[in-house]
Amino acid sequence: MVCFNFFLFRIVQTDPLAHMFRGRNIPRELQENLRAAFGLDQPLFTQFLYYLRETFTLNLGVSYHSRQPVWSEIMARLPATLALLGSSALLAGIFGTMGGIVAAWRRNTWKDRFITSGTMVFYSLPDFWLGMLLLVGFSVVLGWLPIGGMGTIGVTLTGLPAVLDYLKHLTLPAMTLTIAYLGEYALVTRSSLLEVMSEDYLTVARAKGLRDRVVRNRHALPNALLPVVTLAALNLGFILSGAIAVEAVFSWPGLGQATAQAIRGPDFPMLQGLFLLFSASVILFNLFADVLYLYLDPRVEEV
Amino acid sequence: MTSLTRKRRKAAARRIWSQFRSSKQGMAGLVILLVFASLALAAPLIVDQSALNPVVARAEGNPQWASPGEFAPLGTDHLRRSVWAQFVWGSRVSLFVGVAATAVTMAIGATIGIIAGFRGGRVDALLMRFTEWFLVIPFLPLAIVLASILGRSMWNIILVIGISSWPWMARLIRSQVLTVKQRLFVDRSRSLGASNRHIIARHILPNVSGLILANATLAIPISILAETSLSFLGLGNPRNPSWGKTLEEAFTSGAMTRNAWWYFVPAGVGILIVVLAFTMIGRTLEEIADPKLGGRR
Repeated sequence: MVCFNFFLFRIVQTDPLAHMFRGRNIPRELQENLRAAFGLDQPLFTQFLYYLRETFTLNLGVSYHSRQPVWSEIMARLPATLALLGSSALLAGIFGTMGGIVAAWRRNTWKDRFITSGTMVFYSLPDFWLGMLLLVGFSVVLGWLPIGGMGTIGVTLTGLPAVLDYLKHLTLPAMTLTIAYLGEYALVTRSSLLEVMSEDYLTVARAKGLRDRVVRNRHALPNALLPVVTLAALNLGFILSGAIAVEAVFSWPGLGQATAQAIRGPDFPMLQGLFLLFSASVILFNLFADVLYLYLDPRVEEV
Repeated sequence: MTSLTRKRRKAAARRIWSQFRSSKQGMAGLVILLVFASLALAAPLIVDQSALNPVVARAEGNPQWASPGEFAPLGTDHLRRSVWAQFVWGSRVSLFVGVAATAVTMAIGATIGIIAGFRGGRVDALLMRFTEWFLVIPFLPLAIVLASILGRSMWNIILVIGISSWPWMARLIRSQVLTVKQRLFVDRSRSLGASNRHIIARHILPNVSGLILANATLAIPISILAETSLSFLGLGNPRNPSWGKTLEEAFTSGAMTRNAWWYFVPAGVGILIVVLAFTMIGRTLEEIADPKLGGRR
């Protein structure tokens, strides 16, 4: 992965210094010195070794845009993204799963049709457009919630008011992402539960005279929720990169907004650092999901 | 011989069509899609492309930020351009990119999937390792990075979406090829002296094509949504605006704080409807290709 990242960016970006010098007159000699200082006069393979060493010591270079080290820039923005995506992942998981359970258990009723078609619609719209609509509705027209950012500018708040202010700013982007991710959970829960519902052991449970609720909660759900848990684990991989456009819409100062800004530059060191981190988190949670599944479902044997 | 296979193919196509026609969902999707496809194809007949040019719009004396009531049918934007013209021309780009990017996905995915599945052994192991490695790289970030490296153009977006989304297609096709390969007619054909190429073209491909088609139809909405996100993030071509690009311009020009809903609602609704139409068609095709799915979806 690291290796791919290096070469990917090296393909086009033959001279990173040209970016820094853009539009400025810098003596030839100084340019050569700088190039040597950055190691750009070395052969590609030596550069690659440097890159490996620097990456493992978390030195991801300097952002063209802010002239700050990429790593500290990323770390500064990480909490905002984690808060936004963590809360919406949790809400989407809970509401989506609940919707899926209702839809499957009451299959082919109006509830099922309502939930299934609703999730299909939410699944089909661009998440940032949903954000734009909610923003206009709740902030511009109704004026209930702030239009963006993470806190009211120009006011210093402490204690409870500060928390409330933060939550107010969080509401709309979190709501957008929750709605956007809900559909996936509902669909997976529904189809998995429907599959379990056709199994013999449920008929047996019913024949024992158990109440509908007990059959559902004690017998059907534990098996049916396995794929949902895996989905949730996999989705956690996107906890860093899942809201690039939505963060941009709400000017939420997280990693997604940083990506959107880095594209405009384009700020290659920043993009490179972000991409490395995004991929790393996805790969990590992929592994985690595999291990989790093995642990939760004894029927799966190690391949 | 050839006329016999042709006849059989025709019968199969007719059977699929009659199954498709009986699905309300599939037909609704198809009708919606035909409406939008004709809109996209007939764009030059509906509005002249010069309406997208701010200089022309100003020369025509269009008002700025006019609501649909003041400037039919969909109002104007900050550069005095007709939003309707942008909608019509945007449908062209969005649909074309969606279909073309999926074609790239299919081409890469099918090639790798068929080779891996058909050859088996070490080739298979190597190709699948490669695929898995690509599979775990997050789709949108990869597309963003590739697009910003390659530069802003429609063709780059098509290429980038294709490159970032082929792995699951390759896996799917490989598993299909593996099951078809076990079937008796492949052995029979081989014992009659058929070459690999003949077997792939005449026996494997026709048998996996139904599934490929269904999945391609389901991949198009993903490509369209990806294009929208990339354009919204500023990676689209400003000269040839898609619906995503319109949304970006609406966002950056401050249409939202002005509550100029006519600027950002139509493009989003267009995306939503087209994506839904493709999903409905794709699901119907999938149910026909794999009846076991039946009512589960």
